[in-house]
Amino acid sequence: MAAPAATFGVLDMIRSIARFVPAAMLLAAASLASAADIGQIKTSKGDVSIERGGATLPGTVGTRLEAADVLRTGPDGSAGVTMSDNSLLSIGPNSVLALDAYRFDTTTHQGQFDATLSKGSLAVVSGKIAKQSPDAMKVRTPASVLGVRGTEFVVEVGG
Amino acid sequence: MPARRVRRLAAVVAFAALAAGCAPRTTVILLPEPDGKKTAVSVTDSRGEVVLDQPYAAVERGAFQTRPYTATPEEVQAKFGAALAAQPRREEKFTLHFAEGKGELDDESRAMLDRIFAEIAARPVPDVLVIGHTDRTGTDPVNDALARQRADTVRNELLKRGIAPANVQASGRGSREPLVPTAAGVAEPRNRRVEIIVR
Repeated sequence: MAAPAATFGVLDMIRSIARFVPAAMLLAAASLASAADIGQIKTSKGDVSIERGGATLPGTVGTRLEAADVLRTGPDGSAGVTMSDNSLLSIGPNSVLALDAYRFDTTTHQGQFDATLSKGSLAVVSGKIAKQSPDAMKVRTPASVLGVRGTEFVVEVGG
Repeated sequence: MPARRVRRLAAVVAFAALAAGCAPRTTVILLPEPDGKKTAVSVTDSRGEVVLDQPYAAVERGAFQTRPYTATPEEVQAKFGAALAAQPRREEKFTLHFAEGKGELDDESRAMLDRIFAEIAARPVPDVLVIGHTDRTGTDPVNDALARQRADTVRNELLKRGIAPANVQASGRGSREPLVPTAAGVAEPRNRRVEIIVR
């Protein structure tokens, strides 16, 4: 429990922040939020697309991701994603990465993260799901299953 | 080249392609941690499990064998340079404390504000997380609600000031992450804090 007064201190601080942060910068990043948001594309280069429910969407910077999304890059493409548990996933050219299943409880840090790299290259920095529960994060390839115990690693399929 | 030899060569190539097609080659390499802490990845396939737990420990699963080996930074750069270059900027975490018994930030937290602005400005699509924490007096349900309530209040204030709703998430961790470990029931001002994470 805490002194309720602390809240007002934070508000003071927010006012200070708001005075200095250019409004244009904050508004520029506006995008629709939904409860299903699990992560966001933070970097995108060349040909990057997302398959979602039979549709193909452009994988531009700022795009919010949902469970079951599949990211694809072309021969000149690469993309980086930050998940809501702070996992970082980035793929190189000619890659296909499916975000099969994802859930994350921001209060307890319990969760589950299953992703599949069916081809190409992937770099991973695991986040809070793997930190809270070893092996709650899995990365699959066509032949293997990777159990993540809180770490940074790279995976290549084919090539 | 005699026709028969060409056919045989074609057959060998086709077989190799078929074998590789069944299970494309998979390479996994554990990278060193920035802070050197110990980590591991287990790689399991139909031939068994390999645990990678040293920097640059690697395993390559081909069509005919699974081969553990030690990779080099050069190999990582050659194969994964593009993927690593696309890695999002890592999160920056700021912890703000309050002068005891008052609603004012202490001097150190005040000085941190400039760094928070710089961090937000450096990112093309910033996410700001506001996470409330409590000390270990009170029960979990009460602390969880209190931590969340405070975070929500802060988030609402951010929205009022023009930050896009999609970019600010509020959550509470209750007393699960005390900054200073204490016994249950101990009032500890340093654990009553707000974290701001920019990512």
